[in-house]
Amino acid sequence: MSSYLSARELAAGVRAGEWSAASSLEEYLGAIDESDGEVHAFNVVTADDARATAAAIDEAVAAGRDPGPLAGVPVALKDNLCTHGVATTCSSLILEGWVPPYDATVVSRLREAGALIVGKTNLDEFAMAGSTENSAFGPTRNPHDTTRVPGGSSGGSAASVAAGFTPLALGSDTGGSIRQPAALCGVVGMKPTYGRVSRYGLVAFASSLDQIGPFARTVDDAALLFEVIAGRDPLDATSIPEPVPAVSEQLDRGVEGLRVGVVGELMGEGIAPDVAARVHEASEALRAAGAKVEDASVPASIFGLSAYYLIAPAEASSNLARFDGVRYGLRVDAPNTNDMMVATRTQGFGAEVKRRIMLGTYALSAGYYDAYYGKAQKVRTLIIRDFAAAYDRFDVLLSPTSPTTAFPLGDKTADPMAMYMNDVCTIPSNLSGDPAISVPYGTGDDGLPVGVQVLAPALGEEVMFRVAATLEASVS
Amino acid sequence: MSEWETVIGLEVHAELATETKMFSGAPNKFGSEPNTNVDPVSLGLPGSLPVLNEKAVELAIRLGIALNCDIRPSVFSRKNYFYPDMPKDYQVSQYDEPINIDGFLELPDGTRIGIERAHLEEDTGKSTHVGGDGRITGAQYSLVDYNRAGVPLLEIVSRPDLRSAADARAYVAELRAILVAAEVSDGKMEEGSLRVDANVSVRRSPDDPFGTRCEIKNLNSLRSLGRAIEYEANRQIDLLEAGESVRQETRHWDENDGRTHTMRVKEEADDYRYFPEPDLVPLDPDREWIEQIRAAMPVLPAERRTRLAAAAGVELPHDGVTLVVERGQDEQALAAVNAGGDPARVLVHIEQNLAGDGGADLAPGRLAALVALETGGTLTPTQAKEVLAEMLTSDAAPEEIAAAKGFEAMDTGDLTALVDGIIDGHPDEWAQLAEAHAADDQKKLKKLSGFFTGQVMRQSQGKANGKLVADRIQERLQT
Repeated sequence: MSSYLSARELAAGVRAGEWSAASSLEEYLGAIDESDGEVHAFNVVTADDARATAAAIDEAVAAGRDPGPLAGVPVALKDNLCTHGVATTCSSLILEGWVPPYDATVVSRLREAGALIVGKTNLDEFAMAGSTENSAFGPTRNPHDTTRVPGGSSGGSAASVAAGFTPLALGSDTGGSIRQPAALCGVVGMKPTYGRVSRYGLVAFASSLDQIGPFARTVDDAALLFEVIAGRDPLDATSIPEPVPAVSEQLDRGVEGLRVGVVGELMGEGIAPDVAARVHEASEALRAAGAKVEDASVPASIFGLSAYYLIAPAEASSNLARFDGVRYGLRVDAPNTNDMMVATRTQGFGAEVKRRIMLGTYALSAGYYDAYYGKAQKVRTLIIRDFAAAYDRFDVLLSPTSPTTAFPLGDKTADPMAMYMNDVCTIPSNLSGDPAISVPYGTGDDGLPVGVQVLAPALGEEVMFRVAATLEASVS
Repeated sequence: MSEWETVIGLEVHAELATETKMFSGAPNKFGSEPNTNVDPVSLGLPGSLPVLNEKAVELAIRLGIALNCDIRPSVFSRKNYFYPDMPKDYQVSQYDEPINIDGFLELPDGTRIGIERAHLEEDTGKSTHVGGDGRITGAQYSLVDYNRAGVPLLEIVSRPDLRSAADARAYVAELRAILVAAEVSDGKMEEGSLRVDANVSVRRSPDDPFGTRCEIKNLNSLRSLGRAIEYEANRQIDLLEAGESVRQETRHWDENDGRTHTMRVKEEADDYRYFPEPDLVPLDPDREWIEQIRAAMPVLPAERRTRLAAAAGVELPHDGVTLVVERGQDEQALAAVNAGGDPARVLVHIEQNLAGDGGADLAPGRLAALVALETGGTLTPTQAKEVLAEMLTSDAAPEEIAAAKGFEAMDTGDLTALVDGIIDGHPDEWAQLAEAHAADDQKKLKKLSGFFTGQVMRQSQGKANGKLVADRIQERLQT
């Protein structure tokens, strides 16, 4: 029963006492039990904690109290979100044995909203890469076709929702790590405006690009989860004070009169024809619903990938310095402190993480800073400017989320550049800090899900969700 | 040697007197059990984020005002290098856009020393290396205390305007006084609240370009600072006079052998890969806030010295005034003068007799009352000093203490009789004195009148008022 309900319906039933959080939880845990051996969405399932929370929620309801908008809803957390008392691994050997003494702000907000945290999901190590094959604990598989990748880096969270293990999940998105796996797994995934959601307790990959966001089966559920986690947090200096709009209440308003631009630069070379076809269909659907659809241009977006692969590794090289074997996680003994740090990092980090640390260290080095990091920041400014110019003409922009549908495991692991190209459509909004959402929109020639991306200006979540809801309603 | 000029620039790290750390709510407290004043942020735990302490910014602005700096919008950067006592393996510091630039500090003698910058940064933890020579290389194991990690610091960088060890000491003493007066830092060098690095070079003439400099670390007191600079300048002069050259390097001052030793050569300097700290937003303090802070600034040492010198009727620079202000007892002095105490005597007593424990706590009114007894002739300076010492531990009025000690002034009649008796008892000496008086032989006069005064003092057991004794001797000489 429960696995066919939306998160909103499930919570409503729990809050009304129509069914118990405990019994519906068992259905989800049963599904995980049955299929996660094959999918491997989870690094750890915290069934006992979830059961205890469910019991407490049922008691609260019985006592006449309201446990909150996510009462009894199972939620999966990407394993780079800190959970008090539960290991947080970032799917890396280097965090071996580390148990955070605190909850990430989003985790606290989920608990306060009555959610049941059922486990930590697999990711590409430290959220680097886009297939979830790059995990110290083995790959996650796409529930639609287990020979294929789920995308990444939040592949475990996307797979959890796609497989019906949880109605909701949280991921983090630095260059598309929520939206791309959402597209490949046929679920909704959204990256909020930078600063909308507190990053406190998210193990940093690239601080100026990272945002936490929701996965859900429906646009409405994604909106619900967004409303729970968003809002100013005094523990994150980059979190913004603007009030969070009640996006759920606006989903039915439609798109009549909205100006929609299809981003030409993200529709050309490298985009599979079947994916491009779905985007065209989506734009036609919006036109049919009353929107004004035209071609749009964000010229600097074609440099996004190059700028991203300097800025993100530069920040990562610094963010990941603290994993040195001194205070927590893995320590590989050696005759002196310096050698211990080297041995620990050599053994603890995987190849992709090392590659990015080296790239970033180089980009920040004296004599190279201006040519690499400095130049990339200028490109970032150009991208922000070009998006701003586009939003003078359009309310939202449309593009593919991923250039292709889910690819086979092992297909791109030997070619980092091919893997990086996955992010070409998603990276620009991380650089600009603007929100974007991926909505499932039919399938490709291979029968696998295609996602269409709706991009909006900063703080434009409300209109973005409206367009997403209209697209969702238009797909059969 | 005398033709050589020493050129010194100082980098001073001052720990700020905040309740909590630079970027988190962990306590900023000295002397706690290791690793107790910590939280996820100051330990750099994965996922933790910095939030800037507003009080630290206020204190930085206060110092900027005190040092006549240009207070500017600023940016925090990350200084990246691996070291076990640095939790994140980067230090958050202001790099190319510091909060305070282009100020100056005026030494008590009026010399202006340029301030290049005074920027905010976080402190590191503290390592103890066990085994080997006490350094990390070769240590058997190392212990790290993160209580200090994340404590807010101001790094205050002077221009190379100092020309002697004495100047350098005066600069640090004055800077310390400003930090304490402005309540920016407790200024305790012994607790590491104030840490000094000195850049030292020498040149033959003030017209020559600067010589190659060495940076000296581990200067934990004003005494070390002075000794180290003198040693280092002489070392460099010896090298140059022997036809050798000075190598740019960082040197460690060893208090025990009184020398500086090579720590690391500049060529090995790290590339810190500075970049703007993405977890913090640029700092742009409201102008109105800065003006509020300016309006609430306490009176600083230079102005306090001027005020005290004017009240005491002395000229600056004046060692007594400098000392009293440095010890923060100038308010006490001014209040005692306002209460009617003779300014010169008040200053002397505070400088010399109220330096110790409890001295600063003596009520100005009581000090004024004591000084009145002294200037009124009831107490001699020696007696006054003794009464003053007792006043620190007793609430009794100075008159009562003086009486208890038997310090009542002698009756004038008794004094006259005593003086006359001594004159009569020493006819030879008196004749010589009269002769010297007639010949206006000042030297002899002084010596012989000193003899009589001394006799009177001895016989009166110090109770005689010296001025009255001198008056009586004069009277007798005139007759």
